Amino acid sequence: MSALNDLINLNLADTTDKIIAEYIWVGGSGIDLRSKARTLTGPVTDPAKLPKWNYDGSSTDQAPGHDSEVILYPQAVYKDPFRRGNNILVMCDAYTPAGEPIPTNKRFDAAKVFSHPDVVAEEPWYGIEQEYTLLQKDVHWPIGWPVGGFPGPQGPYYCGVGADKAFCRDIVDSHYKACLYAGINISGINGEVMPGQWEFQVGPSVGISAGDQIWVARYILERITEIAGVVLTFDPKPIKGDWNGAGAHTNYSTKSMRADGGFDVIKKAIEKLGLRHKQHISAYGEGNERRLTGRHETADINTFSWGVANRGASVRVGRDTEKEGKGYFEDRRPASNMDPYVVTSMIAETTILWKP
Amino acid sequence: MSLLSDLLNLNLSDTTEKIIAEYIWIGGSGMDLRSKARTLNGPVTDPAKLPKWNFDGSSTGQAPGEDSEVIIYPQAIFKDPFRRGNNILVMCDAYTPAGEPIPTNKRFDAAKIFSQPDVVAEEPWYGIEQEYTLLQKNVRWPLGWPVGGYPGPQGPYYCGVGADKALGRDIVNSHYKACLYAGINISGINGEVMPGQWEFQVGPAVGISAGDELWVSRYILERITELADVVLSFDPKPIQGDWNGAGAHTNYSTKSMRNEGGYEVIKAAIEKLGLKHKEHIAAYGEGNERRLTGRHETADINTFLWGVANRGASIRVGRDTEREGKGYFEDRRPASNMDPYVVTSMIADTTILWKP
Repeated sequence: MSALNDLINLNLADTTDKIIAEYIWVGGSGIDLRSKARTLTGPVTDPAKLPKWNYDGSSTDQAPGHDSEVILYPQAVYKDPFRRGNNILVMCDAYTPAGEPIPTNKRFDAAKVFSHPDVVAEEPWYGIEQEYTLLQKDVHWPIGWPVGGFPGPQGPYYCGVGADKAFCRDIVDSHYKACLYAGINISGINGEVMPGQWEFQVGPSVGISAGDQIWVARYILERITEIAGVVLTFDPKPIKGDWNGAGAHTNYSTKSMRADGGFDVIKKAIEKLGLRHKQHISAYGEGNERRLTGRHETADINTFSWGVANRGASVRVGRDTEKEGKGYFEDRRPASNMDPYVVTSMIAETTILWKP
Repeated sequence: MSLLSDLLNLNLSDTTEKIIAEYIWIGGSGMDLRSKARTLNGPVTDPAKLPKWNFDGSSTGQAPGEDSEVIIYPQAIFKDPFRRGNNILVMCDAYTPAGEPIPTNKRFDAAKIFSQPDVVAEEPWYGIEQEYTLLQKNVRWPLGWPVGGYPGPQGPYYCGVGADKALGRDIVNSHYKACLYAGINISGINGEVMPGQWEFQVGPAVGISAGDELWVSRYILERITELADVVLSFDPKPIQGDWNGAGAHTNYSTKSMRNEGGYEVIKAAIEKLGLKHKEHIAAYGEGNERRLTGRHETADINTFLWGVANRGASIRVGRDTEREGKGYFEDRRPASNMDPYVVTSMIADTTILWKP
């Protein structure tokens, strides 16, 4: 295989100024990632300088066959950890030829919320804890689990070490470095409570970039699991029974919350979230009712609750924030398959713009 | 898979100042190691400059769900042999949010003993001989043993060479180099009497650092066995019958013992240890009664006995020490699953501070 690797790892900068740009977009299901690559004549770091492109929307359930062109607008550029050199990954969103965002384009409305002057003034920061499960290819059973059976019960796996406790760490660790290389603000990783489940965190990111970074981090993760021959799932409750689900806890703060007296601003914001619990829940990911049961470190889907250091609540405030009287809070409701554009903008909208 | 290694081996210092710090702590059983990683803005070599962090104690048996945050305080830094570059491993101990050490935090009390002026003045040195057994995953039977049966009796395996005598040497040798890389004071390795069992030694290490270095070397070992898909066991008597157990013989000396006339100081210290035999044994590792039988190079658990060059004694003094009239002695009682913070500080406490 090493002749193939030699070619994959060719450093083109020696022979040409051309670069390769991988354009990434979200497909018709709202959780399937798609990408294709094109050659550009020289290095580019500013998305505004990248050409718009298009793809066959009839093949991703995003356009009818007789009018299939969907236009991609580049929105964010990252270094490509797979091709390296001056090659790039480009996060895009999708529009009709007439310039209207297509229905699955959730970034467009999020960007509108984030460009509202009141939201801009509050500089909303997000730290998203993305959980995910790795499955053995073909059988779609979690990695490390005996096929046809179950591993020992949860307990030893959270942050665990050892061949019988941590499975596929190479995927997690290569993802960590690849994201740092790409310029994604990945802040950490840990093994999760269910064996075969892991988490990475992205943030703090401001406004719309939280969504861009999570989507590209998910893309990089799926490219890595592809290399490893393992299947990635963002299903919020991959295995029924006494096994934790997978979430995307969203940590949030505004300028006012980070300043002195912020704890009161936080409490008011949490109150507003409580008044719109049903609306948020319906936008926080498909299948979340299988996960938010009130057990396994979740709050029941029909209940809104909050508490300091309480992992069984909908919203958790850290002890540090309580002690210092300012800081941030954690919305534990979003599922692992949530759309970060939707969740981040909705939290900003409810807490900053909405008047009850 | 080599595309994955390209990513795992990415040298991030080319693209960013950021580093990854793997925070390590001991879990609720007192023997399970846990770790998770976070991104820091630049290289750090002083633990005092690292931020405190926290983990979900309800997932490790160290806190209840409604009040789950446990705080980890960085205590010692080592270079990360897996991520290399400027990335680090950080040995931590655990506290409540109010700043009290949690019950499983044995380092806190050890540190108090090691900072007593009388103990500081005596500069206690430790050399710990960590034995361990490698097991085949899934069946949990020693590496190289036929499943459902036994290898030939003990004899050829101690320091042995050859495919039928030394099993798992790649794990042992990569561990040796990884520890040296990390900055751990690993002084040697050898194959042990029972096939599939090995030993490494850490020291001489002064005071509290003996415990820090031993715990991090255990962590590095379990990360390596994880890579090798082999299970690591610190059980003191993994196989019943005519098979050696696994210990953590602790070699010890103080300034007075290392100086002229030290041999008398050694004898006085051994006498004090004899008076507190039961208390020490109770803290020297779970399951030690299965190992300390009086056979297989151990002394019976209920007997305190010392002798020069006597491997069947509780305490052994080397012939060199006897001949030079100064040196150190070896406490052979601790089991392989002992907590080095407890054992090292208890030996110092009994021999330096305690007045019978």
